[in-house]
Amino acid sequence: MQFDTIAAISTPMGEGAIAIVRISGDEAVEIADRLFRSPSGKRLVDSSSHTIHYGHLVDPSTDETVEEIMVSLMKAPKTFTREDVIELNCHGGLVSVNRVLRLVLQYGARLAEPGEFTKRAFLNGRIDLSQSEAVMDLIRAKTDRAMNVALNQMDGKLSRLIGELRQALLETLAQVEVNIDYPEYDDVEEMTIPLMIEKGEWVRSEIIKLLSTSSQGRILREGLSTVIIGRPNVGKSSLLNSLVQENKAIVTDIAGTTRDIIEEYVNVKGVPLKLVDTAGIRETEDLVERIGVERSRQVLKEADLVILLLNGSEALSPEDERLLETIRPMDAIIVVNKTDLPQQIDIETVKQLAGQKHVITTSILQDEGVDELEETIASLFFGGGIEAEDPTYVSNERHIALLHQAKTSIEDAIQAAEARVPIDMIQIDITRTWELLGEIVGDTVQDSLINQLFSQFCLGK
Amino acid sequence: MPQFEAGTFDVIVIGAGHAGVEAAYASAKMGASTLVLTMNLDMIAFMPCNPSLGGPAKGIVVREIDALGGAMGKVIDKTHIQMRMLNTGKGPAVRALRAQADKVLYQQEMKRMLEDEEHLSLHQGVVEELIVEDGEVKGVLTQIGAIYRAKTVIVTTGTFLRGEVIIGDLKYSSGPNNQMPSIKLADSLRELGFDTVRFKTGTPPRVNSNTVDYSKTEIQPGDETPRAFSFETTEFITDQLPCWLTYTSPLTHQLINENLHLSPMYSGVIKGKGPSYCPSIEDKIVRFADKSRHQIFLEPEGRNTREMYVQGLSTSLPEHVQRKMIESVPGLEKAQMLRAGYAIEYDAIVPTQLWPTLETKKIKNLYTAGQLNGTSGYEEAAAQGIMAGINAASRVLGKEEVVLGRADAYIGVLIDDLVTKGTSEPYRLLTSRAEYRLLLRHDNADLRLTEIGHTLGMISDERYAKFVVKKQQIEEEIERLRKVSVKPEEAVQTIIEAAGGTALREPMKAADLLKRPEMKYDEISKVVPPETACTPDVAEQVEISIKYEGYIEKAMQQVNRMKKMENKKIPEGIDYHAISGLAKEARANLSDVRPLSIAQASRISGVNPADISILLVYIEQGKIAKISG
Repeated sequence: MQFDTIAAISTPMGEGAIAIVRISGDEAVEIADRLFRSPSGKRLVDSSSHTIHYGHLVDPSTDETVEEIMVSLMKAPKTFTREDVIELNCHGGLVSVNRVLRLVLQYGARLAEPGEFTKRAFLNGRIDLSQSEAVMDLIRAKTDRAMNVALNQMDGKLSRLIGELRQALLETLAQVEVNIDYPEYDDVEEMTIPLMIEKGEWVRSEIIKLLSTSSQGRILREGLSTVIIGRPNVGKSSLLNSLVQENKAIVTDIAGTTRDIIEEYVNVKGVPLKLVDTAGIRETEDLVERIGVERSRQVLKEADLVILLLNGSEALSPEDERLLETIRPMDAIIVVNKTDLPQQIDIETVKQLAGQKHVITTSILQDEGVDELEETIASLFFGGGIEAEDPTYVSNERHIALLHQAKTSIEDAIQAAEARVPIDMIQIDITRTWELLGEIVGDTVQDSLINQLFSQFCLGK
Repeated sequence: MPQFEAGTFDVIVIGAGHAGVEAAYASAKMGASTLVLTMNLDMIAFMPCNPSLGGPAKGIVVREIDALGGAMGKVIDKTHIQMRMLNTGKGPAVRALRAQADKVLYQQEMKRMLEDEEHLSLHQGVVEELIVEDGEVKGVLTQIGAIYRAKTVIVTTGTFLRGEVIIGDLKYSSGPNNQMPSIKLADSLRELGFDTVRFKTGTPPRVNSNTVDYSKTEIQPGDETPRAFSFETTEFITDQLPCWLTYTSPLTHQLINENLHLSPMYSGVIKGKGPSYCPSIEDKIVRFADKSRHQIFLEPEGRNTREMYVQGLSTSLPEHVQRKMIESVPGLEKAQMLRAGYAIEYDAIVPTQLWPTLETKKIKNLYTAGQLNGTSGYEEAAAQGIMAGINAASRVLGKEEVVLGRADAYIGVLIDDLVTKGTSEPYRLLTSRAEYRLLLRHDNADLRLTEIGHTLGMISDERYAKFVVKKQQIEEEIERLRKVSVKPEEAVQTIIEAAGGTALREPMKAADLLKRPEMKYDEISKVVPPETACTPDVAEQVEISIKYEGYIEKAMQQVNRMKKMENKKIPEGIDYHAISGLAKEARANLSDVRPLSIAQASRISGVNPADISILLVYIEQGKIAKISG
């Protein structure tokens, strides 16, 4: 669809005080209203254009507050795209802005393609002729690249799975259609409401399963988010520098990506590692001190992997013990550093407190043991220590958004069926589910339904 | 052959089948002087295949034709032997009326209607050539040398173009039912450069109803509720004839399997592409070998005949096999076969050569409609006929052309599919071809199209006035139910509980109460009676509009989104090969179809979203260049 509502993160990917998610299109305001709660309760749709609103972004499914945000409301036509535009200003940082984007996609927007805002600005007459060639180039380039990316990204297994779901839906639809178009043919079993609910439930549970893999997919895409913690002066910066210097940084092609961030994505023995909040670590040496215990817990909670550094040249402090306690439920590696100095730490106690976790001794200064640490990270990752075994990933933000929409759609169908709504109404939501899944694999050809009709059933007079 | 001038008209219609009669009726009603030329005046609106009209999608088309002011609905209302509403157990979007026709009466009634029409002339004659000058059609030439001049010509020759009937290994040049085929006109069209395809269709044998043993069949009566296609019909036929249901037997299947080598379908005699939705019995048995039996409906062809149509037994096997097949069906053991079934191959025009007005792209003022355009079915033919008639007359009368959209009517879906996607087999309308079938209902055809029909002069002022009142009543009643509250009073609770619902706990709007699945308008009107009772028509609209509001709204959102693309017009004469960046296949298909809007372009096969983006930018570029240049 050319003129649906689109959204994207419009600030450079990386650390900034704020990040902006921009939404453009007819439903921009409506979508924002679904997620935005202002303290006064006033809805954006009732507010005047070109105003800024403070409030919270809420996940409507859980009513949980996701972010504290400022919303810029710009109604058509005096906007960049000449459509209704909403800009959600949220806290900087990949995790939070991604979550906001995901919600926006889940509640009705489509992820914008590269250059799509500019393209719309052009199509709606906002940009002049001299810029149009550039837009054409952009679309053209995008097409080629997008096709490559799509081909590479599309896990064969994922597309097979989606294909199976779609086939099941198609067969259900074909049966409904036959009942409608050939009401007197008793050759064809009547698609009953209970049968429809049963099929719907199955599709729903499969979609949920797929969605549950999306966080593992994210690891592959965004990197294994890794936090290095430890008392001041234990060698966190040195470890970071060592990891960055030894391993070639992953070069991303995200426009405007800052050097800082590039360096923080490192490839450790084939594992993409994203070192979280490392800028902070560098500056103040101590994450815990800087942001407080509560906030650090939050950062830890969101991490896929924690590396706890202990100082081997000192005895285990109560703070160390507290940190060991904190990381107990997490995927973590314990590194006893500074083996180049006389050892004071009781390694047996550390191992005991570590439980099942790996304990590695290093001298980062002398570059000893770092290799072992890297091996451990890799073995944890590939050996299933972190990642689940089923290698079906939904890693693409667009795919995730489509799956969420498909889930809503099939749930609408099930709900309608339970309320005994006529079958040809329920069909509308089933068809929609089928189309949404089709968008994931790039196939929504209407004719396939009609072909299915005649290959599946013996029809006609 | 000496030639002579035989007259001048605004519109000439070649052929008087279901497409031809609607085309002529529409153009004459609009005030254009119209001539219908047909090979045989006794075959006007003949039904060479099944004796029925309507059914899912098709029935809605008949209603749409009537809402525009066409003939089919009125004529079948006067000449049917049975009517049934189908899909009553399902939602309102897919309900459809079907009538069993008295074939002869239908023809007579249609012929009389045409004869009575003021601006319409009927004439028996065989058109052999289109007169074309400088890429514009100027008239037609008949077999006897008569030249008829016209501003526009509509060709509706059905399956007659180079028609060939096939039974077993017998194949002979013929129109349907042993009528004359149209050979020279086919040549004329080819010489004008039209691409054609070879299609095939077929019909089952007919039997004498006196020789049927009904005790072995199930009766299929018509509805007791009087029904009509036309919104103008006020008199209803109550004396209905039943149809009968029986099945093929194991012996039928065995016979067919043993004689497959004699089937022209499998021996290679038939080369034309047949419709997959209307397979022959041999096709069904081969492709669905695991089915132990197939339904056979016995349908009377009229009141004054014993001839019975054996629906489900369409075949082109040799006649001696057909006889045995009939005898193998329970109830038909002693049946006397009156006519054999046959297959017919014919030339159809590749429909992507047409504009959405059904005017050909090659020859100006020349229109084609009906089975000639690759469709199948009387209703599909009539739908194109009425639109071709409207557009040809509009051209002559200097009116704007009329193209129905996919959200306006099944007629719009049908024509858009044809001219945008073409068809690889005889095209039949199915409800599943419509994206917005919830909006394209049987019950609201008048609300969708009467306005257009009236503007064109095809709907009388009297009928239009009634329509306006109905529309207003619907709006007022919906508005009222949205405002009025239902209180949890004794009398109210009784009514709700009697309908199988749960009692009210607090007051609620009448409209919200109607949204409960078990509640009908009837009950609501008892709970909160209107000042004057609504007619059943109005009540039905009110109920559907409120009950399915959410779904209707969703559909409307989709429609509005599509409309935006529909409104992005593509300028004429665009050279797709000059647009760099378009994919090769897209370039070729766009050049072929020459879509009028971005929406139409996006429906062409092989055109992907990136191509559409590039096309949009290209068009925008041209506009800006024009302004600045």
